[in-house]
Amino acid sequence: MTAPLDVSGDEQHAAPEAVSQGAGAKAIQGRSLGQIAWTRLKRDKVAMGGAGVVVFLILAAVFAPVVVGWFGHPPNEFHQEMIDTLTMQPKGGTGISADFLFGVEPVNGRDLFSRVVYGARISLLVAFLATLLSVVIGSIMGVVAGYFGGWVDALISRLMDVFLAFPLLVFALSLVGVLGQFETQLAIKGDTLRILLLVFIIGFFNWPYIGRIIRGQTLSLREREFVDAARSIGARGPYILFREILPNLIAPILIYATLLIPSNVLFEAALSFLGVGIQPPTATWGGMLAAAVKYYTVPHFMFFPGMAIFITVLAFNLFGDGLRDALDPRSSR
Amino acid sequence: MTTEPLLTEPLLSVRGLEKHFPVTAGLLKRQVGAVRAVDGVSFDVVKGETLGLVGESGCGKTTTGRLITRLIEPTGGKIAFEGEDVTHMSQGRMRPLRRDIQMIFQDPYSSLNPRHTVGAIVGAPFRIQGIKTEHGVKKAVQEILELVGLNPEHYNRYPHEFSGGQRQRIGIARTLALKPKLIIADEPVSALDVSIQAQVVNLLEDLQNELDLTYVVIAHDLSVVRHISDRVAVMYLGKIVEMADRKDLYETPMHPYTNALLSAVPIPDPKRRTDRERIRLQGDVPSPLNPPPACRFHTRCWKAQEICRTVEPPLTALAPGHQVACHFPENFAGNPSGNAPSAPADGQEKEPGTASPVS
Repeated sequence: MTAPLDVSGDEQHAAPEAVSQGAGAKAIQGRSLGQIAWTRLKRDKVAMGGAGVVVFLILAAVFAPVVVGWFGHPPNEFHQEMIDTLTMQPKGGTGISADFLFGVEPVNGRDLFSRVVYGARISLLVAFLATLLSVVIGSIMGVVAGYFGGWVDALISRLMDVFLAFPLLVFALSLVGVLGQFETQLAIKGDTLRILLLVFIIGFFNWPYIGRIIRGQTLSLREREFVDAARSIGARGPYILFREILPNLIAPILIYATLLIPSNVLFEAALSFLGVGIQPPTATWGGMLAAAVKYYTVPHFMFFPGMAIFITVLAFNLFGDGLRDALDPRSSR
Repeated sequence: MTTEPLLTEPLLSVRGLEKHFPVTAGLLKRQVGAVRAVDGVSFDVVKGETLGLVGESGCGKTTTGRLITRLIEPTGGKIAFEGEDVTHMSQGRMRPLRRDIQMIFQDPYSSLNPRHTVGAIVGAPFRIQGIKTEHGVKKAVQEILELVGLNPEHYNRYPHEFSGGQRQRIGIARTLALKPKLIIADEPVSALDVSIQAQVVNLLEDLQNELDLTYVVIAHDLSVVRHISDRVAVMYLGKIVEMADRKDLYETPMHPYTNALLSAVPIPDPKRRTDRERIRLQGDVPSPLNPPPACRFHTRCWKAQEICRTVEPPLTALAPGHQVACHFPENFAGNPSGNAPSAPADGQEKEPGTASPVS
C-alpha cells in the first residue's frame, strides 16, 4: 500500500518538486489535488468538449422560454397551417424552415425545435434530481457501511442486494397505474407529481450502485494510517468520518455522479416512452419518441429528440470519463 | 541511563500484555480460533531511554505498539503509563492522555491525509485537543516544522509535493505537536531510502536530547535498532525471548533466535564476511493461529531438546539487566549444554553495524 493517491503526473511533477528542493526563495503556494485535477482536466480536449456541450444543454434548458422566444414558437401551440390536411403530414415532408428549425409534428404541427428544448428541461431536471437522490442515499449508506463495518455493513449490503434485485420496471408501471387512480385526491398533481415520481423511481432504486463503490472506498480508506494517526491524537468518530475520510471520497462521488446522470437521462426517456413519465401535452424526449413511432414516414419527428438524447448522454459520458482520468489518474487506461 | 531501572518509577509499564484476534467462520461468525499476535509481553520503559523492539514480520511488534497507544483493545494484561492503568480506559478518558503517548507511523505515504495541507495535518493535534497556542496555531505549526528540519513556508503545501523523507518528517512533526512524553515509533524508517534513513534516525535522536523524549522504537532492522536504542527486546511469535542493554544483546546474545537474527545482519566488508558463520534458520515462522507449545522457537531451534517442547522457559534475568527465555542459553557461564555451535559470539564482526543504520 504505497502512495495510493500520490498523484505525480509527469508534467506537474517537475515544477513543485524543484521548488521544494530550494529553500523557498519565491512564495510557495501549494497546489491541492483539486487544483492539479483541474489543470489536468483542462488539457483533456474531449472532456472539455463534453463539458461545453453539457453547459450548453443546461443553459438551453434553463432559459428554454427565452431560446424558444428567439428561435421558435411556444411548444404547445398548434400550427395546422403547416400540415397537409390530406396526409396529416407536414407540408414539404418535414416543415423545416427558418421559422421551424427542426420542422413540425405531424397532425398538430407543433414546433419540434421548441419541444426538444422544453424536453431538455424535463430530462435534465429529472436526471439531476434523481442522481442527487441516489448520490445522497448511496454516499451515506456506503460511508456508514464501510466505516462501521460489522452487522451494520452486513445489513446495508443485503439491503443493496435487495434493491438491485427489485423488478423496477414492473414496479414503476404498476405504481403509475395505482397513482393514476388516486391522483385527484393528492395534494400535488400533474407534471409536478410525475416529475417527483420519476425522480423517486430512478433515484431511489439506483443508490446501491454508488453505495457499493463508496463502501469499498471507505473500507480501504479506513485502513489507511492517517485514520490511525487521527485516532492517536484523540479524534472522535465524526471528525474522522467528515474531516479525514469524506474529503477523500469527493472525487469518486463526483465521478460516479457525472456518469450516473446520462444513464438516468436514458432511464427517464425509457420510462416516458413507456408512458410512465410525464403525460402529454408536456414535451419530453421519451414521450416524443413514443409518439413518433406511429409516424415512421416522417423520420425527422424521431430524429431530433433521438439526437438530443444521444448528444446529451454522449456529452455527459465524455465529461465523466475525463473527470475520472483527471481526479483519479491511476484508474485510467 | 538504564542501570537502575527498578529504582525509578517506569514511564511505561507493560505486564503480560495479550492481543488475540478472533478468527470466525461460517454464517453465524462462530469463533473457531484466535491469532495470538501478542501473547504475554512484559517490559518497562524508563523516562529518557529508548527501547528497541525487534523481530521478524508477524511477530507482534506493531500490534504491541498499537496496543500501547490504545489504537486496538488489549485482550489481556496490563498497561500502565506513569503509574496509571490505561489498559481498558475509555476513549473519552484516554483523550487527554493521548497528548503524552504519541505514535510515528511506518508508511509516510499512507499516514498523511492527501487532502489536507501540511498546516492542517500538523495543526490537527492542537485543534482536536483544544490546545491554546500563544501566537496561533499557524505559528506553532511553523515552529515545529522548523524543529524537524522542514521549511516553515511549506505550511500550505500538500503531502504529495514532498519526498518520502520529508513526509516522514511531517509525520514526526505531528507527533511532536502535543509535546508527548512517550513516542512509539513503528518502523519509522523502514519505508525510506537508505540514504534518508540515517537523517531521520538522527533527527529522532536529536529530538530526544532536545525535548527529553522516551522512545519505543519498533523495527526489524537490527542496525537501526542498535544505533538508536538503549535497550533492546527481541520478539518471536508474540513473546519477548530476550531483553537486554544494547551492548549486552549485540555482543553476547543469549537466545538462539537472537543469535540467528544477528548473524543475518549484512557485513559491509567482503573480507570479513567469511569470518562469521551465518546461522540459517530452517522453515518459516509457525502460524500464530496455532503456535508451538512450550518454547515457541523449538520448531526452528538447532539446540531444541525434549524439555523445550514440554516446558515453557520463563523470561529470567541470567545477567544483570539481561533477560532471556531459553533453556539452553548461549554465552552464559552456567550453560548446561556448552556444546552449542558457537555462532557470532565475539561480537567484533558486528562492529560495522554501529556505524550507521544500514539495512
